[in-house]
Amino acid sequence: MCTVCGCGAGETRIEGDGHAHPHVHEDGTVHSHAHAHGGDHQHPHDALPVAAHEHRHHHADGSVHAHSHGHQGEHAHPHEPPAAADLDYGNSPARAHVPGLSPSRMVQIEQDILAKNNAYAIANRAHFDELGIFALNLVSSPGSGKTTLLVKTIEQLKATRAISVVEGDQQTSNDAERIRATGVAALQINTGKGCHLDAHMVGQAIERLRPADESLFLIENVGNLVCPAAFDLGERHKVAILSVTEGEDKPLKYPDMFAAADVMLLNKCDLLPHLDFDVDLAEANARQVNPHLTIFRVSARSGEGLSAWVAWIQAGLEAQRDKRAATVAGLKARIAELERKLAAQ
Amino acid sequence: MHEMSLAEGVLQLVEETARREAATRVKTVVLEIGRMSSVEPEALRFCFDSVTLGSIAQGAELEVVMVAGSGWCMVCAQTVALNARFEACPNCGSYQVQAVSGTEMRVKEIEIE
Repeated sequence: MCTVCGCGAGETRIEGDGHAHPHVHEDGTVHSHAHAHGGDHQHPHDALPVAAHEHRHHHADGSVHAHSHGHQGEHAHPHEPPAAADLDYGNSPARAHVPGLSPSRMVQIEQDILAKNNAYAIANRAHFDELGIFALNLVSSPGSGKTTLLVKTIEQLKATRAISVVEGDQQTSNDAERIRATGVAALQINTGKGCHLDAHMVGQAIERLRPADESLFLIENVGNLVCPAAFDLGERHKVAILSVTEGEDKPLKYPDMFAAADVMLLNKCDLLPHLDFDVDLAEANARQVNPHLTIFRVSARSGEGLSAWVAWIQAGLEAQRDKRAATVAGLKARIAELERKLAAQ
Repeated sequence: MHEMSLAEGVLQLVEETARREAATRVKTVVLEIGRMSSVEPEALRFCFDSVTLGSIAQGAELEVVMVAGSGWCMVCAQTVALNARFEACPNCGSYQVQAVSGTEMRVKEIEIE
């Protein structure tokens, strides 16, 4: 429901349900939102108001605005009860409260709902930076080939760098077993009813896995293109994997995930000759959502395109190592300077 | 159930504040949710009622204040109004628009006794 003017439904839009009304607010902003009706009534609202009427609205801050609402043709309007259609916060106990007259009081919180997760994510990121670890959070829908891709990536990198892997799934430890078969450390996190990994889970995984200095830390998130987008785990980059057996419009259908990612891997490209998948369109859709996206076309099965992806990881590992070296060098210089000062005293 | 985690996050913030303020009951919880955030207010409302059962916030009214979206269009070099996060610029049609407001998910205030 829109609590600005008190009408409309939520953002869940079901095709064919309800209709939208544009509203002009006092400050000139226009918004439109869906408006579902329980009762049956005709509703031939036209663009131009013929018999307009006004609604007054009180906002939480006490400001009042009115907007007109046009109708054309006869229709019943059982918006019940009429008074309830206006959200009058000014009359609610929460707003009419005078300190000292009632035992209730307002307390400002002004905190992000994800503050707790973000605090854990910041701690994870600080830990990774301190040890020069390059961490990636791999996200995709189920069945895009994340685990196979990880196995192939690990096989190419394990000779040169220590690698540890966190596997997120609702149930089973099948994926962690597949990763362990490559010889690297893996930890399965079963989220149970949960749909995503959170930064606290990853923090616990770090404690258990104890990743080596300057190593690669790979997090395979729960197969889900919605929820993992909102949860920062402390990774350096989110990597979204889209397989060519899915639709080209997936970046448009699940934009949050492709916006949150820095890299997109277009997987299963070996199947392209057998499909109608338009690779250029898929990439254009992804770039529409996120113009900064780095895209690699790969096939975990045939190995095509994997060298570019592996080279990208190696560059990331080196950048993370250089950053740590610079920090360490800076700290050493600072210690040397302090020691000099101490010696001079 | 992403909204369930968010509702639990809300409850944690509410409980911490209520404890600090030595409240006996939470009457109202006011959230600020950006129109372009990944939160579905109706689902959040449903989850909020579930997670608050048996807590100090049981039966509290949840007010959701929607925050309008706006973005910085790199082509027009100005702030433009947005309805959805990945919408084109209403002036020039470019998708080079960076969201600047309307992505927030915050607990604004609570009313306690």
